[in-house]
Amino acid sequence: MSTERTAPRFTETVALIAGREITMRVRSKAFLISTGVLMLAVLASVLLGGIFGEQGSTTKVAVVSGMGSVVDDAEGLEAVAASDRSEAERMLRAGEVDAIVAPAASDPLGITVIGLDETPETVVDALSVHPAVELLDPAAVPPGLAYLVAFGFGIVFFMSALTFGTTIAQSVVEEKQTRVVEILLSTVSARALLTGKVIGNSVMAFGQILAIAVLAVLGMLLTGQRVLLGGLGASVIWFVVFFAIGFVMLAALFAATAAMVSRAEDIGSVTTPVTMLVMIPYFLVIFFNDDPTVLGIMSYVPFSAPVGMPMRVFLGQAEWWEPIVSLVLLVATTVLAVWVGERIYRNSLLKTGPRVRLAEALQG
Amino acid sequence: MLELQDVTKRYGDRLALDGVGFTVGERRLTGFVGGNGAGKTTTMRIILGVLAADHGTVTLDGAPLAEADRRRFGYMPEERGLYPKMRVLEQTVYLARLHGWTPAAAQRNALELLERLGLGERVNDTIESLSLGNQQRAQIAAALVHRPEVLVLDEPFSGLDPMAVETVQSVLADVAASGAPVLFSSHQLDIVERLCDDLVIIAGGRIAAAGTRDSLRAAHGSERWELLMSGDAGWLREQPGIRVADFDGGWAVFESESDAARRAVLAEALTRGEVVSFTREQRSLAQIFKEVVR
Repeated sequence: MSTERTAPRFTETVALIAGREITMRVRSKAFLISTGVLMLAVLASVLLGGIFGEQGSTTKVAVVSGMGSVVDDAEGLEAVAASDRSEAERMLRAGEVDAIVAPAASDPLGITVIGLDETPETVVDALSVHPAVELLDPAAVPPGLAYLVAFGFGIVFFMSALTFGTTIAQSVVEEKQTRVVEILLSTVSARALLTGKVIGNSVMAFGQILAIAVLAVLGMLLTGQRVLLGGLGASVIWFVVFFAIGFVMLAALFAATAAMVSRAEDIGSVTTPVTMLVMIPYFLVIFFNDDPTVLGIMSYVPFSAPVGMPMRVFLGQAEWWEPIVSLVLLVATTVLAVWVGERIYRNSLLKTGPRVRLAEALQG
Repeated sequence: MLELQDVTKRYGDRLALDGVGFTVGERRLTGFVGGNGAGKTTTMRIILGVLAADHGTVTLDGAPLAEADRRRFGYMPEERGLYPKMRVLEQTVYLARLHGWTPAAAQRNALELLERLGLGERVNDTIESLSLGNQQRAQIAAALVHRPEVLVLDEPFSGLDPMAVETVQSVLADVAASGAPVLFSSHQLDIVERLCDDLVIIAGGRIAAAGTRDSLRAAHGSERWELLMSGDAGWLREQPGIRVADFDGGWAVFESESDAARRAVLAEALTRGEVVSFTREQRSLAQIFKEVVR
């Protein structure tokens, strides 16, 4: 015919479908509000963390008769001069200071620390003399930080896989429920439809993660917190790579399972097995981030590898070739999941009414 | 020409289509008629490639259909549906673009068509905000926006008011006139009768009858004759070799034993008054349908 009309290529069709997914999502009020709330929550937690962090960093101490120099030398203490003992006690009772440092002739150090109702540990610790400490087998990463990073990888994977997995499931059922799917299938292949949906939603998932990351880093910079990204570098890159492929795998499974039902109310029950695949790695990495065996297994099982392998890279437990082997496994599983997913999707789309049985969906 | 040959489809134990074969000619409006569950929707889905046949072929101008050919088909499924939250124009343009039209041409086609279908003022409303009749018009726009070279419509007239039926009829006639084979199913046999050039009747998964409307009428013509004259036609009862089936004043329907007996009726009528008409009884499609399906 004319140049106004061409036989569309697969990629062009997929781009159109993905574009529609994104446009409709961005236009949805529910999506905008939930994203806004999530962004605010991230920003608030970073800013609050900064404020509380600052408060905790210095402790105010009332000093009596020239003890100021002793307190100023100690790290994390701020001296507030008091004219005498009774004024210092008034300040302590009023909560203006956390402790009083006064001279004491009987003490070997020549000072006494006065608290209100309990020993002011921070002040005592700051003024104490510590012996030299040497560790025979130092941990590469402090356990607290390891927990924090595990929690970070876990929650980002969990939240975005679940949010956008559910979104893709809803979008599949919407097309089935409104019957528009029959027109679509008479125009484009089930493969193009599925690919477009997966890509559209993956783009949204990455966009959201990127926005969260940018916001978190900006927040830290604004509140002057030290950014830990230096130590995280390699593991974050692996996380992004694993997540990109792992998400495609999960998205294909979400779409396939959702295609088996005809009503939005049934999405929850039919996608439960896939939801479990997302939740289990999240809990495992939080509870077992200090257990090299569990982490080792997790880092090779395709469903938990996006969390497990970056974690091991961060902890320095993985050899250089390990992420590559795990990635190959993940890619192979993803190809398989997309193949099976497409089959279920294609065979279930036009079957309305009761839930399609898995065997039937696989057989066609 | 679109041609189906020996198409068979089985759902589990149930044989939904059993050796279905018929043709849909170019520039022809072909009506596809059958009871509920007779196999109309299954046949249409197989033509569109939405469903695969177990056996048999669908060809266009003699060549088997490939996916690229089906892109040039227009389809309106029985189960209506568009994206409820998309705007009318946006949705129509989207479908045209999936069929390969450039954005500008898709926009132009969609606007022209929506205007013609009487949706010109609703193009920026979402589908869910439209009345059912207007949703139906939007659905027809979705089937036509890419200027299909073959058109398949499942019950295009259901849910339309008489005005909309007129509009859709003229649109379909235009599409056929442009050279496309058009196949549509309908339960409204009066519309099919008025509109169609050809007819395909399906019953229990088999083609019960197929051909031009006139040849079907001839093949399933009545043995009865109809007389309309001035004055009373009561004398017919006394005519030899004649059995009156129905009678009202100057109008009567009768069966005759022989051509001679029938000719005698006409001669007698001419002597008794003015004969307005004397014809073989016209049978409606509904009557033919019932007879063929039985």
